[in-house]
Amino acid sequence: MAERKKKLLQGNDACVEGALYAGCRFYAGYPITPSTEIAEGMSVRLPKLGGKFIQMEDEIASIAAAIGASLTGLKSLTATSGPGLSLKQECIGYACLTEVPLVIVNVMRGGPSTGYPTGPSQSDLMAAKWGAHGDHPAISLAPQSVQEILTETVRAFNLAERFRTPVMVLYDEIVGHMREPITLPLPGELEVIDRAKAACRPEEYFPYDDRYEVAPLAPFGAGYRFHVTGLNHKQDGFPTNDSNIIRANNERIMNKIENHKDEICLNEAIDLDDAEIAVVAIGSTARSARYAVKEARAAGIKAGLLRPITMWPFPDKAVKELGSRVKAIIVPELNLGQMVHEVERCSKKAQVTGIHRVDGEPITPAQILEAIRKHK
Amino acid sequence: MGEAAKKLPRIVINEKFCKGCSICVDFCPTNVLEMKGSTVAVKDLGACTRCQLCDLRCPDFAIQVFD
Amino acid sequence: MSGTAVVEKKERVSVPFDYNKYLRPNKLPHIWCPGCGHGIVLKAMLRAIDKTGFSKDEICMISGIGCSSRTPGYVDFNTMHTLHGRALSFATGVKFANPRLKVIVVTGDGDALAIGGNHFIHTCRRNIDMTVVVMTNATYGMTGGQYSPTSPLETVATTSRYGNIEPPFDTCEMAKAAGASFVARGTAYHTLELEKTLHDAIMHKGTSVVDVIDACPTYFGRANKFKSTTHLMDVVEKDGTVNVKQADKLPPEKLEGKFLRGLLHKVDRPEYCEQYENLVMEKAKAK
Repeated sequence: MAERKKKLLQGNDACVEGALYAGCRFYAGYPITPSTEIAEGMSVRLPKLGGKFIQMEDEIASIAAAIGASLTGLKSLTATSGPGLSLKQECIGYACLTEVPLVIVNVMRGGPSTGYPTGPSQSDLMAAKWGAHGDHPAISLAPQSVQEILTETVRAFNLAERFRTPVMVLYDEIVGHMREPITLPLPGELEVIDRAKAACRPEEYFPYDDRYEVAPLAPFGAGYRFHVTGLNHKQDGFPTNDSNIIRANNERIMNKIENHKDEICLNEAIDLDDAEIAVVAIGSTARSARYAVKEARAAGIKAGLLRPITMWPFPDKAVKELGSRVKAIIVPELNLGQMVHEVERCSKKAQVTGIHRVDGEPITPAQILEAIRKHK
Repeated sequence: MGEAAKKLPRIVINEKFCKGCSICVDFCPTNVLEMKGSTVAVKDLGACTRCQLCDLRCPDFAIQVFD
Repeated sequence: MSGTAVVEKKERVSVPFDYNKYLRPNKLPHIWCPGCGHGIVLKAMLRAIDKTGFSKDEICMISGIGCSSRTPGYVDFNTMHTLHGRALSFATGVKFANPRLKVIVVTGDGDALAIGGNHFIHTCRRNIDMTVVVMTNATYGMTGGQYSPTSPLETVATTSRYGNIEPPFDTCEMAKAAGASFVARGTAYHTLELEKTLHDAIMHKGTSVVDVIDACPTYFGRANKFKSTTHLMDVVEKDGTVNVKQADKLPPEKLEGKFLRGLLHKVDRPEYCEQYENLVMEKAKAK
């Protein structure tokens, strides 16, 4: 058996490794701090693999090109940060409604506006879910380490292809720019899901075949000539004014995610079995929380950590269960209160407190430990 | 010129597609067509030279001239 | 044909073009208003495509938002109706990902030049192989007749009731300046000439831009006191343009305020997808 390669990599480099491992063969992007290293990496690696890299004229064009490429059958990626995410939102909505698989990486920096380009932040959590207008499904994965950026990027492609929907990899600048030694997975070691192929005759093909929850998507140019539109459409892809079809389709694109939350949601639980005080945190903040929980345990406080690796759909079930049995939940996050409201929504019993920081500095273990002690 | 030249053309109008813009009527060089209500109709088939301008400029796929 | 044979006046044989070959069944009548030029342009485009010999599977037609952007829904190709202004970006992704596809973008003047202006110039600059058909009616028709980036000065529209004070773009000059390697103009009135122009544009390797002046009788025509669709076509399309081949023979005063039709610019420039394959991929694999 081949040896696994070890490498010292930056988070954004690991994202490149993950994307290529998953079979990504198209990247379109626009330079923006702190995500640019992904574009740089893809520009070097993709042409060696016969893949396509293009630097577009703006963030909108980048995601639009990635959607176009995905429709020809290539697994496609675009990466950005806050202001770029704002620009991409219309196309994210388009990909949701037209059900085109796509991965978007958003390396979170301080906002709003140009904000603090080199400072970490977790203030795009709601933008990741509700940034585009209209009701639409959202899957966002929130890795906390360089290794996990690799594995979660692979998972993002898998979920995108499995559910025919855009998937966001959402991590803060600290995770994106820090370097850690990681192990590169061997081929075949991680699951890689490819797009379901259309098996029927072209004349029987519907791009949104209502016999399926997620219909197979034929690539452009393969003999299945079909229509794609951002208007509400029927199973054949053509626009419709039929209110029953509009409702059914809008509900279906939400439910295809909602009905499979168990498959999509992934959490890490640390010392939660007997915990009285729980911390719920993601990304770099979860790393501080892990340290704080360890310190608290050493001081005899029954603390634990729930770390959603899937940010969206939110792990309602896990947080509800937790909220029913702990005294208090602390939610540290690099924003002025976003995930804390989700935790409050899910845990009616436990007292929920947020720790918020938007000065471009990380939340320290000491800050979290202090909050844990207060609830003792 | 033989018999074929005297043969009248066949002008096929799709009344479901015609929106009555009257482009074909106005641009017909030999006044073959006329508006009847909101649809085009043939007025003088014998004058048709089969130039096809009516078809070429019809925005609605509503008129074609066959031999 | 024998060189000595004397052919008498050729009998005109009328064999109308079979548009059904390319139209999707049961999608017509289309949504365009009576007299709208977009249908005339679509028909010229289908005749041109037929002459190119590309199969329906090879063609990908992509549009943005607006009246003209409804075109792909009617035709039996790989088709995409995308977002306002973004058709060229989606098209760039499609073409670059699968260069075997023949990509045709159908767009309006507002779609291509206002909200999509940035994508327009950068597509031309890259010279990626695709044909961009800009249906220029100087109007935002879908939203009820507002002025557009090609509306002439003093145009009356629902957002310029006192007359437009914004100077219009010349689509062809802009395409040329931005680097498009094939730039041409046609009108819906000159429909056979347009068919030829569109054919040549589709056969061209690189970014080909065809500005097609057509009429919006419903909004532009009515608001600017044109008596009929025909009147509007006569004034704007017939009398408002001159074929570039005749332009040399005309005195400058006869050309004033008129748009030139026909092939306006054609150069051999490296095409983007080929450059990527020949330079980038080769160098990357050698390293």
